[in-house]
Amino acid sequence: MGIHESTIQKTRKPKFSVLQLLTHGILVLWAITNVFPFAWVVMNSFRTRQYILTESFRFPTNPTLENYFNAFIKIDIWRAYANSFVVSTSVAALTVLLAGLAAFGLTRYIFRGHSILISVVYGCLMISVYSTIIPVFSLLLKLNLINTLVGLILPVTAGSLAFAMVVLIAYMWGIPRDLEEAAFIDGCNVFQICFKIIFPLSRSAFATVAIFSFLWSYNDLFTQLFILRQKQTWTINRLLNEISSMYGTDYGLMAASITLVVIPVLIVYIFMQKHIIKGLTAGAIKG
Amino acid sequence: MIYRKKYLAVFFIAPAFLFLLVFVCYPFLMNIYNSFFEINVLGAPIGKWNHFENYRMLFKDPNMITSIKNTFLLMALVIIFQGGIALLLALLVDYIRRGAQLYRVIFFFPMVISAAALGLIFNLLYLYPDGPLNVIMTSLGFDPIIWKGEGNAFAAIAIPTIWSNVGFYFVIYVMGINNIPTDVMEAAQIDGAVGLKKTRYLTIPLLYNVLTTTFILMITGALRVFDMAWILLPNGQPGGSTYLTGTYMYQMTFINRNVDYGATIAVFIVILGILLSQLTNKIFKPKDY
Repeated sequence: MGIHESTIQKTRKPKFSVLQLLTHGILVLWAITNVFPFAWVVMNSFRTRQYILTESFRFPTNPTLENYFNAFIKIDIWRAYANSFVVSTSVAALTVLLAGLAAFGLTRYIFRGHSILISVVYGCLMISVYSTIIPVFSLLLKLNLINTLVGLILPVTAGSLAFAMVVLIAYMWGIPRDLEEAAFIDGCNVFQICFKIIFPLSRSAFATVAIFSFLWSYNDLFTQLFILRQKQTWTINRLLNEISSMYGTDYGLMAASITLVVIPVLIVYIFMQKHIIKGLTAGAIKG
Repeated sequence: MIYRKKYLAVFFIAPAFLFLLVFVCYPFLMNIYNSFFEINVLGAPIGKWNHFENYRMLFKDPNMITSIKNTFLLMALVIIFQGGIALLLALLVDYIRRGAQLYRVIFFFPMVISAAALGLIFNLLYLYPDGPLNVIMTSLGFDPIIWKGEGNAFAAIAIPTIWSNVGFYFVIYVMGINNIPTDVMEAAQIDGAVGLKKTRYLTIPLLYNVLTTTFILMITGALRVFDMAWILLPNGQPGGSTYLTGTYMYQMTFINRNVDYGATIAVFIVILGILLSQLTNKIFKPKDY
């Protein structure tokens, strides 16, 4: 098969030609538009303020860490990191657990009202955060959860649940029942079947769900603007929004803060790009 | 046999649906209800019946009309440019022999960075007159542009919005192209369909369903744009000319404290999203091959 495939490759794609080179040329051009903005920001975060605009394209001749010191002194970036981490990890964990249990229940038990519940899930997919935020705010206010991370985690989890359930239900439908029957005959109960057979078999779908719910909650700003109004609860994103209005003209500080936000994501992305890309595009085609 | 005790299903299903009911379904219905009454402060109890005033306002309020126009314009630009660039890049990557993986990783990267951070990056790139984009403009012999000024402001939001999501649709199109059975492609090749002919008469028609799906995703995606627009140009600056439905809803609810009107705009956003995706599905009926 290997040989067969490689011959097709050769007939299909010419080895070297002007056309190949031209194709790469266009692709590289787009790649540059993707790399340049980030590279420019990182480069200029090491430059003192007054030189940022005058010689922004050259490598910094006297690199300085001044902007980073400023970033750590003027804004509490560690706390924001910690908050972001707590929020996104909790949202991902809760989404995985709740959607996993529900997907197991909905694929293994057929009962009256089953199809109604499935339609509720699909209906929830269409409801955007705009149309729930005002009543959610009132509810959280009654529960004393405004300005708390829990108050953010709960509605954001609910917001990613429907999509997570759709992905997991599709996956669990496809798991053949033979294993479960064998386990049942060996004396496993339903809970053991769920946690020891179905969940481990669904690992890849769970990874998808965990990644998108983590990144969605990490990158969302809208809900955070409503719920996190006090400094000590700000996440990275919420903090960025504040920096732009408070220190908008301190370009060095801005560049350093952006770099501090982008670099951790870049590192995680490099190591997990396969899973991340799969996680974020999953279900798009089946849609 | 295993799943005979149906009452056990409650244990599995109830927690998730409790979440959906409390934080999605109930607020959604409550929001519709809210839109008919007066509310002046977020979280305050509802006031007097407002005689459909909000819904009448919706189509008279000039800022709302601006935001609807802008949102539709953004949808069109997103479908043409985001979809167009992504499809072109996907077709090109299908043609090359090496490096597809590397391009994929680079193109997708902006997707994982928050719109807030990307917005701040573009805030710096747009600086006048010495920001990097303007330096490039002047070195090419053009005059520097006030990117966020009047006339250009909408483009200043649209460009990074489109740019940052190209990678997502690129990956989807590449997957779609890879899903086309190889025997179909080989047969076509033997029949003499190569190069652009193959693209026009084979690849693109076979991507039909994928294209339809992505159109719907782009339309609903454009309706959800908020972070990028708000970071770049808050309060619809300059002069309320760059409002999108999302940012205007936020402005009314959070800044202007016209909470019931904000609720009405939110109802409108959901209805528009459902109508437009139904319409897209009707126009481009999914085909079976």
